[in-house]
Amino acid sequence: MFLPLVIFTSIEKPHFIAANLHLVNPICRSLTSGLHLMHSQLPTEPTMPTYKLSVNGKTYSVEAEEQMPLLWVIRDLIGLTGTKYGCGIAQCGACTVHLSGAPVRSCSFPVAAVGEQPVTTIEGLSDDNSHPVQRAWIAEQVPQCGYCQSGQIMSAVALLASNKNPDDQAINEAMNGNICRCGTYPRIRKAIKTAASYPH
Amino acid sequence: MKLQDISRRDFIRQAAWSGAALTLAAYMPANGKAVAEIVNPVTNGIASGTELMSWISIGPAGKVTLMCNRSEMGQGTFQALPQMLAEELEVSLDDVHIIFAPANPAKYGPQPQEGSFSVRGWAPQLLRTGASAREMLIEAAASEWKVPKSECYAENGEVIHRVSGRRAAYSALVEKAAKLEPPADVQLKKRADYKIIGKPVPRKDIPLKTNGSAIFGLDKKLPGMKYAVVERSKRFRETVKSFDDSETRKVPGVTHVFKVQRPVFSQFCEGVAVVADSLWAAMQGRKLLKVDWADFGSEHPSTASLEKQMRENLQKIAHQPKFDGEYAQCVQKLEASYETPYQSHSCMEPLNCIADVRPDSIEIWGPIQEANWIQADLSQRFNIPTEQVTVNMTFLGGGFGRKGFTDYPFEAAFISKEIQAPVQVVWTREDDMTAGPFRPGAFYTLKGGLDAKGHIHAFQAITATQWIGQEWSPKPPSAPDAPGYNSSDFEGLLHPYRKGIPHYSFGGAGTHSPIPVMWWRSVYASTNGFACESFIDEMAHLAGKDPLQFRRDHLPDTRYQALVDKMAELTNWSSRSSKQGWGVAFTECFTGICGHAVKVMRNAEGKVRIEKVIALMDCGWYVNPDTIRAQVEGSIVMALGAATTHATTFGDGKAVQQNFDSYPMPRITDIPPIEVHIMENDEKPGGVGEPGLPPFAPALANAIFDLTGQRVRRLPFSLDEISQ
Ligand code: FES
Ligand code: FES
Repeated sequence: MFLPLVIFTSIEKPHFIAANLHLVNPICRSLTSGLHLMHSQLPTEPTMPTYKLSVNGKTYSVEAEEQMPLLWVIRDLIGLTGTKYGCGIAQCGACTVHLSGAPVRSCSFPVAAVGEQPVTTIEGLSDDNSHPVQRAWIAEQVPQCGYCQSGQIMSAVALLASNKNPDDQAINEAMNGNICRCGTYPRIRKAIKTAASYPH
Repeated sequence: MKLQDISRRDFIRQAAWSGAALTLAAYMPANGKAVAEIVNPVTNGIASGTELMSWISIGPAGKVTLMCNRSEMGQGTFQALPQMLAEELEVSLDDVHIIFAPANPAKYGPQPQEGSFSVRGWAPQLLRTGASAREMLIEAAASEWKVPKSECYAENGEVIHRVSGRRAAYSALVEKAAKLEPPADVQLKKRADYKIIGKPVPRKDIPLKTNGSAIFGLDKKLPGMKYAVVERSKRFRETVKSFDDSETRKVPGVTHVFKVQRPVFSQFCEGVAVVADSLWAAMQGRKLLKVDWADFGSEHPSTASLEKQMRENLQKIAHQPKFDGEYAQCVQKLEASYETPYQSHSCMEPLNCIADVRPDSIEIWGPIQEANWIQADLSQRFNIPTEQVTVNMTFLGGGFGRKGFTDYPFEAAFISKEIQAPVQVVWTREDDMTAGPFRPGAFYTLKGGLDAKGHIHAFQAITATQWIGQEWSPKPPSAPDAPGYNSSDFEGLLHPYRKGIPHYSFGGAGTHSPIPVMWWRSVYASTNGFACESFIDEMAHLAGKDPLQFRRDHLPDTRYQALVDKMAELTNWSSRSSKQGWGVAFTECFTGICGHAVKVMRNAEGKVRIEKVIALMDCGWYVNPDTIRAQVEGSIVMALGAATTHATTFGDGKAVQQNFDSYPMPRITDIPPIEVHIMENDEKPGGVGEPGLPPFAPALANAIFDLTGQRVRRLPFSLDEISQ
């Protein structure tokens, strides 16, 4: 059933491979040791489906159960931990990523349903916090604990992509699925307006 | 500046503070180098360069590494503490690198993150430490140049000889300076000369939190690490009778299934751990686990049974003869009851912890508010010397008190010991929300009497709640406390007014319940403030006086009067319109004083809506005004949720609310415009992270009364249900 494995297929930037492999290495190691164990115990284990995912412009090949939520694929198989787990039932938005540019709650989105659609996570916005929404978030000093902020930012980026100048009503609609226990909402509202004011 | 008398929670005093007080001298400047080794902070980088003091290292390129010894859960400590060091050290924050210090009380002092204590508790030490390091660098330069020290000064990471203009970078001086004795006494800078303190300096942790690179507990991974989830009893204090793991063990990746314990105060709570090579496999395995629980006939409380008990307890409190006599003389009298619910902390990052237990050492990584306590607790329970217990703090995705507890690191260590491998224990949202400990619900009966001039002559507050302190003792609750006359110390109850009310008395009765309770942001002040400031408002109306003026009349202290006057100015109090409802409340807890004014109006459908909140914080001398504003904004949002959107209720001995669908948090649509103002004065630094929370609920209830004539005396309530 579950043979977690990550294979990097096509990665353009060699220096990035090293960084990325370094990031996932500990996980790979632990998963691989589990793999040997499983093979010795369960020699007839059926193989799991393989999914080719495009995440932040890179292609990853992952073996996972169909129902495994995209959240855990991104965090634990691919090793990008900026996307957070908050509720697992599409209530809090901490796990928000983009699928073809549209925000989805990855905790409740099975990996099998991703298909060809490119996935963007918080790590895919920029290498250096230069995305206008990231800049605005820093300018308005939005995060407190920061745990919800990847999801908040991904929702805000999707909003601004479809509405260059959102009013309060539009902000409410786009951001209502994201909970912030620290209560950074006033600054989130302000930062979205700040980001909208930056030259496009 | 001296450490002021600290009113703190007793259990913390027992658990961590007493030992800490003894070590205070160890990190005072005179002994700043008492502990020589540099510990290895894993979370966010490694200190490099030469260690000048326990907290300060300077590298060859001039990079200054400053330690943050307290956990960062959103409250801004990560910035505020080094901001103080950097000010006196005379370095720009651009050249500063901040890393978390691991638990090491001998070196970094006590590290519990509670009581809104970071700045107010640490300012004296950190300012002196930074200043001592600066003086040592100046001394090193002066001796190098063979000039009098008095002719040299420090600025922006350099020592400058005033006479010749000669300069030397700290990086060139640090080796020499590190060999010097720290000065016995140092001159601190004047507030007017501050370059960093008191300024809204951007927080260094924020860019890490806008690109996904901040490492929270759940993000930390170790080589060879296993994952575990635990099926814990849903009913409090139940134990595992037996379990069937035959299906669980069939899930590929699942490696171990066994019974675990975790200490919750005086009890051990049980569960069954499912350990696997991946979190997903562990979660799948857990779904197939069948556990048979034994409850040994313990009660299965419900919210109805708890509330019945609290109401009965309110009736039981013995009278206080002196108070009764004074109350009898009053010209006008009022009695009212207030009811507040249990609440869950529900930090955005659910509980989790990594433990690596070896035969002779333990290492922990996680979102931890209480590094020293955990270190001491694990050392004792696993019989491993404290020096061999390393507690590493990651960023915390919220804390609010819950991550100041030792149960979840213990459970991780228990599992690691059993499987002889590092393991990350992950709590699902449901685990986190249903296990507690919770903020206890509290019911109140307040009595107040006015003299002939309409001044409060006698005031009594009786509380029925679960006492957190009693959680440590397995004994049933003792008899109700008789009210204490003009003496009892109840956090957040009547604080600002105590000198202005001649006769007051407080008493309480403990609720008996198997539900674990603990401190939640602002602890008892979170409910005491609601009862007290609602009642003061009721008394003002009884006296026929303006609620703001009535409060001022009972505040003899000029500091409080200035706060009330400023609030009158900010709200334009005297010219508010009758179409608007305005309510105010002032509370004090953890030495921070805060006032809120709430404006409500009816919308087109006739529903009551919050139009605006104006908050005024008096925390004395402060470090970062923007962090204060953020903390107060966040406190208001959290208080809004506790007042109007969520509560934890119980049925058949279990928490009913399991996730955000039934425990609805305020969302962006619920948040009115919030203005935060800070009082400017030279009082001692006060708490910030908690004091901004208690005044909100009463200010809102008072505003609703002002608009509608209806008095809200029970939380939570729905704004939609305030009738026309
Ligand atoms: S974790 Fe996906 S919405 Fe909460
Ligand atoms: S910043 Fe802490 S939950 Fe949003």
